[in-house]
Amino acid sequence: MNYAIRRFLQLIPILFGITFLSFLLMYLAGSDAVTEMYSNRGVEVAQEIIDERKAALGLNLPFFQQYLNWLGAMLQGNMGISYVTGEDVLTAFMRKLPATLLLTGSAVAVTVLISLPCGILAAVRHDRLVDLLLRFGSFLGNAMPNFFVAMLLMEFLGIQLGILPVIASGTDIESAIMPTLTLAIAMSAKYLRQVRSAVLEELNKEYVQGARARGVSANVILWKNVMKAAMLTIMTLLALSIGSLLGGTAIIESIFMWDGVGKLAVDAINMRDYPLIQAYVMWMAIIYVFVNLTADLLYHYFDPRIRLGGSAK
Amino acid sequence: MSQAMAPTVRRQNVRQNHLQKKLYIWGGLALLLILAAFFSDYLCPYDPYVQDMSMTKAAPSAEHLLGTDRYGRDMLSRVIAGSKTSIYATLLLVSFITIFGSLVGIICAWTGKWLDTVLMRLSDMFLAFPGLVFALAVAAVLGGGVHNAIFALAAISWPKYARLARSQTLAQQAAVYMQAARMAGSSNFKLIRKHVIPNIAGPILVTAMLDIGTMMMELAGLSFLGLGAKPPVPEWGSMMSDTRNLLPTQPWVTLAPGFAIFISVMIFNLLGDTVRDYLDPKNRR
Repeated sequence: MNYAIRRFLQLIPILFGITFLSFLLMYLAGSDAVTEMYSNRGVEVAQEIIDERKAALGLNLPFFQQYLNWLGAMLQGNMGISYVTGEDVLTAFMRKLPATLLLTGSAVAVTVLISLPCGILAAVRHDRLVDLLLRFGSFLGNAMPNFFVAMLLMEFLGIQLGILPVIASGTDIESAIMPTLTLAIAMSAKYLRQVRSAVLEELNKEYVQGARARGVSANVILWKNVMKAAMLTIMTLLALSIGSLLGGTAIIESIFMWDGVGKLAVDAINMRDYPLIQAYVMWMAIIYVFVNLTADLLYHYFDPRIRLGGSAK
Repeated sequence: MSQAMAPTVRRQNVRQNHLQKKLYIWGGLALLLILAAFFSDYLCPYDPYVQDMSMTKAAPSAEHLLGTDRYGRDMLSRVIAGSKTSIYATLLLVSFITIFGSLVGIICAWTGKWLDTVLMRLSDMFLAFPGLVFALAVAAVLGGGVHNAIFALAAISWPKYARLARSQTLAQQAAVYMQAARMAGSSNFKLIRKHVIPNIAGPILVTAMLDIGTMMMELAGLSFLGLGAKPPVPEWGSMMSDTRNLLPTQPWVTLAPGFAIFISVMIFNLLGDTVRDYLDPKNRR
């Protein structure tokens, strides 16, 4: 439990860093936020009114003062309003978040369903035909940018075969299949390799040879010993790869018109809607940090070598 | 199934020769790609910018091997011309983050104390952002363009190199030969130049080689979102996003730049894997 507390304390500077960088970005970009806001609404206003608005919003205070004001407001859940729609940024973000979490969750599920069995199979059949084929497949997948995979799926599943809608018509299952597959294919290609090498490493340990020499069946060794030991690494790696998934959703959501935070962010970028971009960057980073923390804590909790043995690594 | 193979001298020789051959093949292909990008102006059968309104959206033919886009521009020429932007931007980006990150790492390890702490905490901050998310925001703030996209990706990727170089340098510092060299009167600069850099170059080079493919895809991704190269400059990512509404009718136009990225990334990944195996001490004679 000491470890958990230490990890939480380590998190504090990181969270400050995230808010600071998010604020800095916005500060550098939106030093002229007020002008931007008026021009986005299509109104022409006098310079005095702009200056007055800036003073009212505290935009002419020193940098750190502005940061602290912003941080205080942010902690009370006030991240500003969208330049374009005038909606509260946090509300807009939270409204779209479930769709993205759904997409991320299903992509992770499909990834596990593909790469876990395939990775184990490749490790057990090390250097045989199946292994070579799977490695080749993962190699191909690794060299494809996700928007290219998206286009290929659209072309073959959507247009040639016509079995799936090319553009999402909402957040229903049918619309979710192609974006999920796109994300899962890219992620499986990486993850399959990691599963394979984690299992392979465990299989090469001496206790496996010992068990085999004593006549323990290959299945028992694999499922009862090897998988139990390799599973921890496998789960941790999965949590770590969620980071690239969260970034990848932005492109995929805007290709398939999936109505999540990624599409929201890309639209916001095109409209130069800085408060929305800021909220997106900050919250994605916070989610990512907590996913990593959870993975780390689970790892420590479930690994008996660490839980019982103290600092032994 | 998994008995450790005895690394006999003969087996290692065979493996090393095999790796050397692979290194030549993939290195040669990568070089070919870079040269093709360099001489792309001479390789294009047509001018990639010239619009021919009588030949719009043509299917692939002997005249236009990859067809034409909606302005009648020859796709093959555009894909070839796109290699210049895509490949050079990637190489520039990777060399920049490798050199900058490694220098930061070496400085951190060498000076220690508060500078080390500050720079490492700073790199933690950057590493806390997931993948492309921060790059998206940086590119959005800077407002597109190839150079800004390079800068955005550099901002998120230098910490990896800084950490690698730092830990490698620390390991070198602890070595006995380093103390000997120091006692022999070598200056800090000479120690770093003569001993640290040659000894840590291997792992950093491998990481950089393996990063080329990833960076190429991420740059193309930013361009795809309109945050990289701006049309009409041919760039593979922006070409795909530009022509994506042609997918139902002229899929070759949209998919050709995609295949170009795919093949280039594949070649650079194969080269990276081979360099890694080649430099791996386990495979040394």
